[in-house]
Amino acid sequence: MSDMKSMSDKTPNSPERRRFISAATVAAGVTLVPGVMLIEVAHGRPEDQAASSAVRWGMLVDATKCASGCDECVSACSTENGWTPVAESQHKKQAPQWIRKLELQDPLTQMETNLPMLCQHCAEPPCVDVCPTGASFKRADGIVLVNRHTCIGCRYCMMACPYKARSLVHEPLNDTQKPDVPRGIGCVEACTFCVQKVDRGDGTTACVEACTASGHNALVFGDMNDPESEISKRLRELPTKQVRADLNLNLGVRYHGI
Amino acid sequence: MAGKIKRLLALGAVVLTTAALAWAGSDDQPKASGAPKPVITKAVKGEQCVEPNDFMRRNHMKVLLHHRDETVLEGIRTKKYSLKECINCHASEKTGSVAASKDDFCVSCHSYAAVKIDCFDCHSTKPQGSMAMHPLNAETAHYAHKLAAQANSKVSAEEMAGVAQ
Ligand code: SF4
Ligand code: SF4
Repeated sequence: MSDMKSMSDKTPNSPERRRFISAATVAAGVTLVPGVMLIEVAHGRPEDQAASSAVRWGMLVDATKCASGCDECVSACSTENGWTPVAESQHKKQAPQWIRKLELQDPLTQMETNLPMLCQHCAEPPCVDVCPTGASFKRADGIVLVNRHTCIGCRYCMMACPYKARSLVHEPLNDTQKPDVPRGIGCVEACTFCVQKVDRGDGTTACVEACTASGHNALVFGDMNDPESEISKRLRELPTKQVRADLNLNLGVRYHGI
Repeated sequence: MAGKIKRLLALGAVVLTTAALAWAGSDDQPKASGAPKPVITKAVKGEQCVEPNDFMRRNHMKVLLHHRDETVLEGIRTKKYSLKECINCHASEKTGSVAASKDDFCVSCHSYAAVKIDCFDCHSTKPQGSMAMHPLNAETAHYAHKLAAQANSKVSAEEMAGVAQ
């Protein structure tokens, strides 16, 4: 398919050629139904279809646009996923933080950098490597999750994660959970890339929606495997970094301006 | 002496009546009489469950277990056998929940059968939004009061015995 697309890009003006290509595409669509279907429905997946490795969900954080003092993404995450904001928590050191704002300052130049830190959805996740029960796992579309049915709360993964992205629920939540986001005492949790929204076909996350709504536009979410997606285009244009790139984990969250 | 005999006789009479009463009790009452029977409230939404009632009473845990793994691990989110859909239909009108009070749908049978589940340590026991506002309930909300009137049915001992076997 991608070969065909690049050919058509080079010869844009020949109607015969275009007709030939569209006929070929239709033929391919008929003969290759299973394969073609997979690619077509990758975004608004029907509910009976499993997540596909044709997609890799990722996020771009533009730290040059992320505003000092703004925590729209953090409160949107807390609202969507039902975790108590740290400020309201009785045990602040144990409070869950699926996403948190960091303000960094270069000690030499005093330059300040703002960025949200969250689970980086590593392609080679250390949390999955160390989990003794298999509860930490990476879904086919690159989203790293905790299966709370098998998590024993040992917290190895919290130790293994280089990004301090995970937290343990220490107290009973007494039916305050969101129907779409089960979570509970004794299980480790972290950012899920709003898997409930992704599976619904929203194609975005609560933090990205909030950041865009606040006018800062510092976050972009999308399929990094699709060369036409907004995130892929931006990643082609902007210089970006992975945090602790030396660990070679191939992160799903990329930062610009750090 | 006469007093002693009288006391012995009285004691004998008491023992005999107790035994006779116990005998009669065991005769004309079903064995399950000790425990209060579960109250099974008709679902607010929908006429029929995704499978026949008999099947669901025996096997709901199996289908839920299978579905949960598909959903968590693979992201398959079909509605049939989804716990969220059970809750959408079965949340009680009074409490808006399947497990808030002792007569709510899930609790009622589980406490009768002495089954302890931990589903609701993590899962919400309520449907999304309020009962009436929930999109799945919107169509039936206007006749919810009718359902409530004919709702509470006691399960017969025979039915429960069937489930337990
Ligand atoms: S950032 Fe941490 S929790 Fe997230 S996938 Fe990587 S190691 Fe696991
Ligand atoms: S806390 Fe849970 S998810 Fe983390 S390593 Fe232990 S069992 Fe695995």
